Amino acid sequence: MNQILQQLVNGISLGAIYALIALGYTMIYGVLRFINFAHGDVFMVGAFMGYYAATWVSSIAPIGTVPAAILVFLISMTICAVLGAAIEFLAYRPLRNRPKLTVLITAIGVSLFLEYVGQHPAVFGPDPKGFPSIISSRPIIQSTLLTLNVVQVVVIGVSLMLMFVLRFVVMRTRIGTAMRAVSYNQQAASLMGINISLVITFTFAVGSALAAAGGILYASQYPSIDPLMGIMPGLKAFVAAVLGGIGNIPGAALGGFIIGIVETFAAGTFLSTYRDAIVFAILIGILIFKPSGLLGKKEIEKV
Amino acid sequence: MRSNYVLLIALAFVFAASQGIGFLNHYYLQILMYIGFNIILATSLNLINGFTGQFSLGHAGFMGVGAYSAAIVSTYLTTHGFGTDGAMGSVVLLVSLLISGFIAALAGLAVGYPSLRLKGDYLAIVTLGFNEIIRVIIQNVDFKIGGVDYVGGARGFTVPKLTTFAWTFGVAVVVVWVIENLINSTYGRGFLAVRDDEVAAEAMGVNTTKFKVRAFVIGAFCAGIGGGLFGHFIQYINPDSFTFLKSIEIVVMVILGGMGSTPGVIIAAIVLTILPEALREIDQYRMIVYSLLLIILMIARPQGLFGTESIKRRTKKRRASNPATAIT
Repeated sequence: MNQILQQLVNGISLGAIYALIALGYTMIYGVLRFINFAHGDVFMVGAFMGYYAATWVSSIAPIGTVPAAILVFLISMTICAVLGAAIEFLAYRPLRNRPKLTVLITAIGVSLFLEYVGQHPAVFGPDPKGFPSIISSRPIIQSTLLTLNVVQVVVIGVSLMLMFVLRFVVMRTRIGTAMRAVSYNQQAASLMGINISLVITFTFAVGSALAAAGGILYASQYPSIDPLMGIMPGLKAFVAAVLGGIGNIPGAALGGFIIGIVETFAAGTFLSTYRDAIVFAILIGILIFKPSGLLGKKEIEKV
Repeated sequence: MRSNYVLLIALAFVFAASQGIGFLNHYYLQILMYIGFNIILATSLNLINGFTGQFSLGHAGFMGVGAYSAAIVSTYLTTHGFGTDGAMGSVVLLVSLLISGFIAALAGLAVGYPSLRLKGDYLAIVTLGFNEIIRVIIQNVDFKIGGVDYVGGARGFTVPKLTTFAWTFGVAVVVVWVIENLINSTYGRGFLAVRDDEVAAEAMGVNTTKFKVRAFVIGAFCAGIGGGLFGHFIQYINPDSFTFLKSIEIVVMVILGGMGSTPGVIIAAIVLTILPEALREIDQYRMIVYSLLLIILMIARPQGLFGTESIKRRTKKRRASNPATAIT
């Protein structure tokens, strides 16, 4: 029984990371109406960029300090933002207005491409790497009821902060308004003088930067990174986005927390070996019974 | 009627070839067998993805269900007095394959139903989810009957060797024949109608729901048999053989060959089985090339290398010049 509080904290910190990845899925779905399968792999690249950035930063400054950690985050998020925009420009832009299936297959192609390029010895290499502790794992609270690490607090704190920043950008800034307009009606938005391509590029850049932050946080919590690490968190974050209602930003955050908590609790019981299956069962259940998700709006198909 | 002769000739050819492949060493035989399995899997996935326009990423799941149920049946039979040689072995294999096909078809039914409400990318993710659920379940099942291990969880399952060249290619020929005939029948036009325009098909009285589920059931049945053959050839199966990466591999064959083109998909299955073997030395670039190929193909030629359109047009022309076949 005294495990419940501990599991809840673990679940929330895992869920915060899923939420960050899910935001990227949901935003890209919002503007382009397709699932960016490669998003989980951008998350992986983010973790690796964090790894290399940390190695580089440690040569000029002591690692484990706040400025060093911020620098690592900024470097990795910038690189992934550029990567995300590049993927959109090279792979998805030529396919605008093509059937959805074509775009989906391309996305799978991009995903495989990132995974296998990452596995090449000249890039990241196939073997797992130990992630440097840019955030200390010193416990803040330690009791029989609950052990709370600095990492967990930082994970939850940084995730929430990024979610609020995103909320602010989407709801209060010019580009955010443009994003919502494109998501609502692309054609009308373009008639109002919005540069659709710019908005889409921006969305990819922001989503990828969030995934990169998620990657570093994930790697800080589970400090072993490899080129295939993005597959499962990516899929689960996708489930989170669908659970919350795809295209809905608060929904993605809610879904992320739910999936994180459910998975952690399942892992603590006799169901531990089934935890991946449970997440997918949630997905199938939600798609059958409420395909619009918990917070999503129902879409009516027009002929 | 003509296609029945084609079937007989093809089966006779497979039988003749099976008598003449004794000179092949184990390595080449194995590649040949993999070509056979991949033809079965890719042609049956083509029914779902290519002809019916649904997007399944879970074919390896059906294959896994088939492989395991066939292995359970054959292990049970062989430990209860049935032999693995000659005619007895063939009977055991036949029974195992039929049962595996039916169980995989049931799994197809279970996946097909949610597909009624889902389209495109959602369906892809759900089928992928089913694939993973099936894999996780297999990983957790492990039981003994009369001192013999069944399923074996993550450790894997040792299976008697029953699959021969004649069986693999015989089944491949039958699967190709069944699916081609199905699609070219009056009834089978329903699958194409669902793909081409679901709303119009519904308006024309095609029960789109039923056709989608049927595509899943038939596709899963064939994949299950393919899985059964596969298991009885490599003699050892474990859940990692049936991850969604295997599904993606089959999907790549269907896409590369051209969705909805059986000859194209068969060629793609052959090429994509031989190519990795030929590229062994540059193995680390193989998947990079694959994925790039997929992206470039989608941008430049989304109908696949061997193109559905040209083949479809050819069929149409032939039908137009020979009105007798148009009525069948």
